[in-house]
Amino acid sequence: MGKDKSTYPKETYLKWYEDMLLMRRFEEKAAQLYGQQKIKGFCHLYIGQEAVVAGTMSALNADDRLITAYRDHAHAIACGIPAKEVMAELYGKATGCSKGKGGSMHMFSKEHNFFGGHGIVGGQIPLGAGIAFADQYRGGKQVTVCYMGDGAVRQGALHETFNMAMLWKLPVIFVCENNGYAMGTSVERTTNMTDIYKIGLGYDMPSKAVDGMKCETVHEAIAEAAERARTGNGPTFLEIRTYRYRGHSMSDPAKYRSKEEVEDYKTNKDPLEQCKAVIAKNKWMNEADFETLENKIEAHVAEAVEFAENSPWPTPDELYKDVYVEEDYPFIMD
Amino acid sequence: MRTIQMREALREAITEEMRRDENVFLIGEEVAEYNGAYKVSQGMLDEFGPRRVIDTPIAELGFAGIAVGAAMNGLRPVCEFMTFNFSLVAIDQVINASAKILSMSGGQFGNPIVFRGPTGSAGQLGAQHSQSFANWYANTPGLKVIEISNPYDAKGLLKSAIRDNNPVIFMESEQMYGDKGEVPEEGYLIPIGVADIKRAGTDVTIVSFGKIMKVALAAAEALAQENNIQVEVIDLRTVRPIDYKTVIESVKKTNRLVVVEEAWPLASISREISYEVQRQAFDYLDAPVRCITTRDVPLGYAPTFVEEFLPNTKRVTEAVKAVVYV
Repeated sequence: MGKDKSTYPKETYLKWYEDMLLMRRFEEKAAQLYGQQKIKGFCHLYIGQEAVVAGTMSALNADDRLITAYRDHAHAIACGIPAKEVMAELYGKATGCSKGKGGSMHMFSKEHNFFGGHGIVGGQIPLGAGIAFADQYRGGKQVTVCYMGDGAVRQGALHETFNMAMLWKLPVIFVCENNGYAMGTSVERTTNMTDIYKIGLGYDMPSKAVDGMKCETVHEAIAEAAERARTGNGPTFLEIRTYRYRGHSMSDPAKYRSKEEVEDYKTNKDPLEQCKAVIAKNKWMNEADFETLENKIEAHVAEAVEFAENSPWPTPDELYKDVYVEEDYPFIMD
Repeated sequence: MRTIQMREALREAITEEMRRDENVFLIGEEVAEYNGAYKVSQGMLDEFGPRRVIDTPIAELGFAGIAVGAAMNGLRPVCEFMTFNFSLVAIDQVINASAKILSMSGGQFGNPIVFRGPTGSAGQLGAQHSQSFANWYANTPGLKVIEISNPYDAKGLLKSAIRDNNPVIFMESEQMYGDKGEVPEEGYLIPIGVADIKRAGTDVTIVSFGKIMKVALAAAEALAQENNIQVEVIDLRTVRPIDYKTVIESVKKTNRLVVVEEAWPLASISREISYEVQRQAFDYLDAPVRCITTRDVPLGYAPTFVEEFLPNTKRVTEAVKAVVYV
């Protein structure tokens, strides 16, 4: 292991950087819009964790599958869902990627093999294994990446799923995005075994911890796990160590951790800055180029907001659609 | 017509659908090598192999969730619970995932899956193995819920459930797997959501479903013999959606209704039916609707408790006599 940074080509770095910049600026805008009450409900931001999903996508094929929990905006964008459709979903508009039925926590796109954001902690873990089960059943070569937070690993669903995924050698990669806190409870306060990756070892699942603040290390770990899955050798559990800069959700002031801790990540380990440094060092982009990119992303986000603003609300009759496949289900109305 | 057991009717339904559609598979505890806890899947491993008849560890939450995920990705699982009492361990995946995937995803990801197994009491099994949950599941939009009472309905409805593109809860009974009934050799489907008048009558309507239909029919027979009261007995067969039309039409004819259900009374299907009948047929009722349910307590082990707990012919006949004022 331990590929040198320079072994990844220029295009890979440029894509990582541009994708992560879009995720971050998109979410910074979402936070602002939440403050203006354009976005309602629960809203969980990914800011700080971008390298995890960016490093994943560069190591996968287009027909591989993703499923995650409710901190799902960046995953949706990374899968290729247009930012404007994600923004429209945050607004609850009919043009959103889930037609306004999902909101922040439930982005979906069949076209982009994004099996959704799921709102019950750990509930998506067996679903991810099931998606992989279906591909294996059909003899497909797809791999499913199933994300969860560090809180979810304490759910029974994980343990039941790990056992069966190993028993049946399902082509799935379980990724714990360990950002240190399950809402306001630190990993240390939930367990005496803080090395989360070791949970996989109890099922003889290949497992390891990965630096999640760098796209390179994430890409490398995912690529290795994807190869294992694709060649019929079953699942992998990756504890990708990362950090969220914002609170658990928009209503969380994050008083359970120190300012110094947050500042250390922002200043010394930021995934965008680390990626940018490699690009700058190799002179693949200069200051003017970075500024041009910033402007391009800013315009992209502005366009997404404009699209969401100008999109219609779903009509009330839509509420009765997609509950059942057939459109004539006899709902009780009074 | 030939006569077969309930377990055979169920087996034929699953087997025929698996032959018809490669995406259908059976998953659950003891379904393969043990041939099914109640022998519903006897011989299926031999025919279809371990890829399509899949034994699981005792992990209902996990294997139900894996089945739901597989259904999101194009397969059509038949997910067996050894009893619906155990489905409570998996209920997060049924209610929070399966029932909502289609809606949450704006219609992009479906969930064609059947969760099936026995429900209700089955003798002296104690409090944790004697519960009925049809009304719990029926409360949840996104699901369809079936509870069968005989081999003919079982086969036709299970085949429809497997072909349905929505999640379907399909409830059976340990005490009915050996029941025999006429089932034609040739394949057939029974539509979901359509009740069946099992006995025609003019004086009182009894609505019921599932295993306790036997009590309803026995009471109707006794009332005809002993009191010359002609009871119409409706088997709902599906409790989500409920075929209110058949119920209302019958009540408009008989003007009297008794609902018989093996479930706790509060928020039960029977009390739901009562609301709908007063709403749609208030002027036709000649007596208050009566509901005969289980007693409002956990079921204890002793035979005397079982006798006290369940709806029986005596309670049903008394309720019928009360609504006809004799």
